[in-house]
Amino acid sequence: MKRIYAREEFCLGCRLCEIQCLVRHSKSKKIIKAFRQERDQITPGVMVESAGHVTFAMQCRHCDSAPCLEACITGAMHRDPKTGAVLCDADRCVGCWMCVMTCPAGAVRRGKDQKAASKCDLCAGDKTPVCVLNCPNEAIVYEER
Amino acid sequence: MRRWLVQPEFKVERDPARCIQCQVCVRQCANDVHSYDEDDELVSSDGASCVGCHRCATLCPTGAIAIGRSQLDFKPNANWTPENIRNVYKQAEGGGVLLSSMGNDKPWRVYWDHLLLNAAQVTNPSIDPLREPMELVTYLGRKPDQVRVERGPDGKAKLATEIAPQLKLRTPIMFSAMSYGSISYNASRALAQAAAEAGTFANTGEGGLHTDFRPYASNMIVQVASGRFGVDPDYLNIAAAVEIKIGQGAKPGIGGHLPGEKVDAAISRTRMIPQGTDAISPAPHHDIYSIEDLLQLICAIKEATGHRKPVSVKIAAVHNVSAVASGAVRAGADIVAIDGLRGGTGAAPTTIRDNVGIPIELALAAVDSRLREEGIRNRASLVAAGSFRSAADVAKAIALGADAVYIGTAAAVAMGCHLCQRCYTGKCNWGIATQDPFLTKRLNPDVATRRLTNLLRGWSLEIKEMLGGMGVNAIESLRGNREHLRAVGLSDREMAILGVKPAGE
Amino acid sequence: MKNDSTKYLVIGNSVAAVAAVEAIRETDAAGSIVMVSREPKHVYSRPLISYWLAGKVDDGRMDWRPRSFYEDLKVKAVLGAEAVKLDTSKHVVELADGGRIGYEKLLIATGGTPIVPKISGRETAGVFTFTEWADAERVGSFIAERKVARAVVVGAGMIGVKAVEALAARGVRVTVVELAPRVLAAALDERAAKLAEAAMVNAGVEVRCGAEVEAVVAREGRAAGVRLKGGAEVPCELVIVAVGVVPSVALARSAGGAVEVDRGILVDDAMRTSAPDVYAAGDVAQGREALSGTKRAIPIWPGAFRQGRIAGLAMAGAKVANYDGALVMNSVSVFGLATISVGTAAVAPAGAEVLVSERAEPPSYRKVVIQDGRVVGAMLVGDIDRAGLFTGLIRSGTDVSAVKDLLLTEQFGVLSLPAEYRKHVVSGAGIEV
Ligand SMILES: Cc1cc2nc3c(=O)[nH]c(=O)nc-3n(C[C@H](O)[C@H](O)[C@H](O)COP(=O)(O)OP(=O)(O)OC[C@H]3O[C@@H](n4cnc5c(N)ncnc54)[C@H](O)[C@@H]3O)c2cc1C
Ligand code: SF4
Ligand code: SF4
Repeated sequence: MKRIYAREEFCLGCRLCEIQCLVRHSKSKKIIKAFRQERDQITPGVMVESAGHVTFAMQCRHCDSAPCLEACITGAMHRDPKTGAVLCDADRCVGCWMCVMTCPAGAVRRGKDQKAASKCDLCAGDKTPVCVLNCPNEAIVYEER
Repeated sequence: MRRWLVQPEFKVERDPARCIQCQVCVRQCANDVHSYDEDDELVSSDGASCVGCHRCATLCPTGAIAIGRSQLDFKPNANWTPENIRNVYKQAEGGGVLLSSMGNDKPWRVYWDHLLLNAAQVTNPSIDPLREPMELVTYLGRKPDQVRVERGPDGKAKLATEIAPQLKLRTPIMFSAMSYGSISYNASRALAQAAAEAGTFANTGEGGLHTDFRPYASNMIVQVASGRFGVDPDYLNIAAAVEIKIGQGAKPGIGGHLPGEKVDAAISRTRMIPQGTDAISPAPHHDIYSIEDLLQLICAIKEATGHRKPVSVKIAAVHNVSAVASGAVRAGADIVAIDGLRGGTGAAPTTIRDNVGIPIELALAAVDSRLREEGIRNRASLVAAGSFRSAADVAKAIALGADAVYIGTAAAVAMGCHLCQRCYTGKCNWGIATQDPFLTKRLNPDVATRRLTNLLRGWSLEIKEMLGGMGVNAIESLRGNREHLRAVGLSDREMAILGVKPAGE
Repeated sequence: MKNDSTKYLVIGNSVAAVAAVEAIRETDAAGSIVMVSREPKHVYSRPLISYWLAGKVDDGRMDWRPRSFYEDLKVKAVLGAEAVKLDTSKHVVELADGGRIGYEKLLIATGGTPIVPKISGRETAGVFTFTEWADAERVGSFIAERKVARAVVVGAGMIGVKAVEALAARGVRVTVVELAPRVLAAALDERAAKLAEAAMVNAGVEVRCGAEVEAVVAREGRAAGVRLKGGAEVPCELVIVAVGVVPSVALARSAGGAVEVDRGILVDDAMRTSAPDVYAAGDVAQGREALSGTKRAIPIWPGAFRQGRIAGLAMAGAKVANYDGALVMNSVSVFGLATISVGTAAVAPAGAEVLVSERAEPPSYRKVVIQDGRVVGAMLVGDIDRAGLFTGLIRSGTDVSAVKDLLLTEQFGVLSLPAEYRKHVVSGAGIEV
């Protein structure tokens, strides 16, 4: 399936991907409003890691054999039959953090309200996820490998 | 060091209504202009070290940042401009040579802006380049004095004259010399890739050819400069052409200096010098003190390359440029590249950059005229360099007599350069003129390659439009055809040198 | 239930059983499947019973698979029927109502049975175990009918703690009595347990560690308190006994030794038991443990899922992925304080190196156990985000010597992982955790 890949050699570490992810997953979808009102409520699905000058945008790998899916006790974590994306249904999630414990990429985090798990949803079926769309250096790509 | 009298050049304004404290600016400015206060949870800016590169403003997702000129005005003085005053302050503090980068920014006359192109009406109909073929292909190299055609035994005509090696360009625009070292690996790669993609040439500059760029060597011109960095038989033979660098428009008569800190393992390997040592290009070639010496080097290179590569000689546009160019042609140069007053550089003493040399327009016209007068114009192609800003500049240069042009600054700008002129600090926020690993990765060479080829495509299309408008269907028909130019606002003497008539005549 | 026969017979209706059925259907679309379950419920998630009791999850959300599950997968479900006898030579399972079902392949996924220690008065009304939905329903009605104000939970393991939380959410004052010197003793070390205990105390729970319940004190035939060893009495109207589970091996034992049983049913890496065509998976099974390589019964959900899946594939004759054993792990939130423990974390093996990072406010305690350059255990309390990075490292046996100093730093992430392993993670092939 199509996945998001980071090209760490070109990642600036600007974190615009995190910012745009937050906006995309806000209610208003307006950057200023989203940051003013919802910044404390949204955990971006992408996280920029850094070690010295190397930085790297990391998000859920939507694994073929996904440990979080097997570990989820509620069925909140599920695979979209159409896209193959691994998604978390926040309404079903009870916050047991089995997924946090099992994701080998550390890509699932507790949501800011600590009520439900939060992760990349590949922008819910958008043609191109916003992090990819907004990376100023095309350091995140969305492709089949 | 705190410079007491030197006040900031720029003022950074942050619109509190738009700033979302995302800190992108903090992470992007290599000059530490922006900072985040954890306690106050607030981003703030101190413009003192801002160089006006717009990196922050460009990446700010809300457009909250404005970079303006400092409001601190001196009492108006046409003679003692703020720059003059500031420079004196700086030197009174530091006592050194003031450095700058990129090209001359002083308001010397830009002759391109006083020249206008022609278009056809009625008697010589214009051509629609979208419907009819329009030829931009350009060959650089020595052209024969005469062409002899013979009939073979089969009765068919065939060329009897031996043609000297030529560079074939799909469009008469090449990337001028920017050495790996002065610019980053990624920028060098982008130039090489773009040249290969666009069917033109990139010039290595004097920094040698990184092994990674060898696949593009057939679209590269390698330079032999006074430091002879990276030169060996392999280097000469793998390239499409060899260029002897005598001078550079931004700093005629001055050598180069890449500080040891920038000479990392890869650069040391490419330049063939020890890691960490200063890479010093002497002002002259120490084996060239006459045209005869130049001839020897040209011959040596031709021998080394089996006479299969055109050899170019790059000179700065100085007072006696036409005599030097003529000498170079007589010494065997197949291409003469002339770099004008406004040519760019990675680092030059400001005073040299701003005050030495002559504008490319005048130099080009003078050289072209001189070579014609001497009947040797065919022996070498002329490449003009030194701040071509648009397709129109290129077309005008071709009409003045250039076979092709080199673009350096325009290429850098296409890759993101904002002309902040701080290449010499090594802190290029756009990842172009730097070796800092935090900064070099900001230039994705694939993106830069795309931008460069886009620029070449755009300019080429525009040149075709202009050619069509003039009613000609090949760049050959414009080349050296000064009838297609008219001058506005120039003196008789200037027009005489340029060989153009005033508009209306 | 009349006599019947089927290609695949699955005893159990929970995670291991369902994972097996789904795996069978990936390979064999038509072969007949019968699922038998003692509990009369549709497939539900057992770990959710405490959330249900607390009112955080409603009946609908208890379903772990849609209501159309059996129909979608062409399964004949026999619910509310207990399998009581297995004849491996005849390939027949007998149900409590006398019905017999013949099978070609059998999966025993009967899970676990709560341990009830020999406390006098344990049959008194108001004393419950807490492992199935029906238990939660009974406890729930009891609280409502009897207006329970105080309860005692015996055992502060994972299930005990969850019961405590659920009771507290229902407005009951809880005392938890634990024999071990600390709460969650199997998963947490002393320091971590201290934090968990503090979280419970903060929430108004009384925690009594190192204490043993001797008897349930009954008044008018109903529980009125418990008496601890030493004589102290804790008044309460409700007692939940949660001192552990044992594999439900009765059915396996009924085969008269044909199915080898230790603590659980012994299985190989394809979940085969010692009897031909009989498989076991989940809490009932005793298969390979990842780190030690020895066979252990590890009653956790992800393990049950994986084993069930492998059993299903094996039963249907599909290729079984390499099974590298079950890894002990647990994630338990204690009144909002998240705790995660993976591998050998509570007690570091001899010669292991232990890295620790702690913070007082908000409380955080993180610990990594390294042996021979490899992470063998991780414990995170408070700051648990990205805990899976450690699980992945433990699972993959990656040598972390070079990045040891980074493990507990804030910047530790995929970027810090050794190059080859990182490539694997990023590829998205997934890691069998
Ligand atoms: C309160 C609670 C909370 C938990 N929380 C977690 C947690 O957070 N994380 C975690 O990893 N694990 C947790 N667990 C453990 C987890 O629920 C088990 O590991 C998992 O349910 C095991 O699945 P299983 O399919 O092996 O067996 P079970 O879920 O035990 O299911 C056994 C099935 O077999 C049926 N059955 C049993 N005997 C017979 C018989 N003789 N005849 C017919 N049918 C029979 C039962 O009706 C049931 O359908 C928790 C358990 C409990 C009780
Ligand atoms: S935290 Fe939510 S999504 Fe993750 S395993 Fe638990 S219920 Fe499933
Ligand atoms: S130097 Fe460039 S990035 Fe830094 S503040 Fe100035 S314009 Fe912005």
